Amino acid sequence: MVEFALPKNSRISGGKTWPKPAGATETREFRVYRWNPDDGKNPSVDTYYVDVHDCGPMVLDGLIWIKNHIDPTLTFRRSCREGVCGSCAMNIDGQNTLACTKSMHDVASGGAVKINPLPHQPVVKDLVPDLTNFYAQYASIEPWLKTTTPTPQKEWRQSHEDREKLDGLYECILCACCSTSCPSYWWNSDRFLGPAALLQATRWVTDSRDEATGERLDNLEDPFRLYRCHTIMNCAKACPKGLNPSEAIAELKFKLVERQV
Amino acid sequence: MSGPSSMRTPLARVRSLGASHSGTSDFWRQRLTAAAMVLLIVPVIVVVIMLLGRNQAGAAQILGSLPIAIILLLFIVASTWHMKIGMQVVIEDYVHHEKLKLASIMANNFFCFAVATASIYAILKLSSGV
Repeated sequence: MVEFALPKNSRISGGKTWPKPAGATETREFRVYRWNPDDGKNPSVDTYYVDVHDCGPMVLDGLIWIKNHIDPTLTFRRSCREGVCGSCAMNIDGQNTLACTKSMHDVASGGAVKINPLPHQPVVKDLVPDLTNFYAQYASIEPWLKTTTPTPQKEWRQSHEDREKLDGLYECILCACCSTSCPSYWWNSDRFLGPAALLQATRWVTDSRDEATGERLDNLEDPFRLYRCHTIMNCAKACPKGLNPSEAIAELKFKLVERQV
Repeated sequence: MSGPSSMRTPLARVRSLGASHSGTSDFWRQRLTAAAMVLLIVPVIVVVIMLLGRNQAGAAQILGSLPIAIILLLFIVASTWHMKIGMQVVIEDYVHHEKLKLASIMANNFFCFAVATASIYAILKLSSGV
């Protein structure tokens, strides 16, 4: 059966509360998930206090401030700090999102900023999830232009109307916020491709220049790969880029019905 | 399925046995039967209200009407079919042990088919006045 409870070695025990920074006039409490693969202990939640007058406004700024000023062992991914790379995806105050575009002030006012790694993924360390399976699923939808016609000398042409059909699909940054917010993905991530990979599949199925539409649909038509999506819509709620994977998946289902019925 | 500790590559694990090229028929039939039930539910409720408090002879008289019998038969076919697909989806979602899953899906098929057959038999028996 599906595992509803956390395995014993993943249960969270009490963590350390770090002292408030000396001289800070206003602080914000951060409760951060910690797990170190090397010490053999269960995960814990550490409490930190960030000096908000010495720190940028975003949650990622707070984490970087903690790493620089309090605890250099705190581990998380980050890169662009402007919502383009998708590295700093994590669960903030119960919602998967990007730490770099989530303002501390938007987290329930006055309360602690609670930060956990993306749900239901193996943890490498602290806030770093192992996304190997997620990336392999993306690779499995073969996200590149597939053609049989010889490559034209200049370019593959596309009308403005057909290009517009890719809006809402091409913007995905593969941060995994959507897939890891999806209960169907939690229960069946070994077989269900998940909203991110399926949104990307829709992007290539929709592309007017692609000549492998039928082959792509063949590879998606499966009770587990595609039809585990029950339109729960957590994906659309979580997406930090405002995309709607659920709608994209519905488009795939519609195309499959269209070619059959 | 091979577990994460397998030495297969992540892509091989994701591709696994490949796509089954099925699922669309069930997806479509689930919507088809849902639409059918939306259309049929009001007449069915009316028939059930008409049947309230009547004895077998009274029920047989009402179900003796061809349109009423057809409405009930269509509703039984649509609802048991919908029930079968819906339950199968739930089993596929939550039961991961392959043999238990197959047994559950088999039991689900038998149960839904039995419910459908018994209901159809009852309607036909009453409507034919036997």
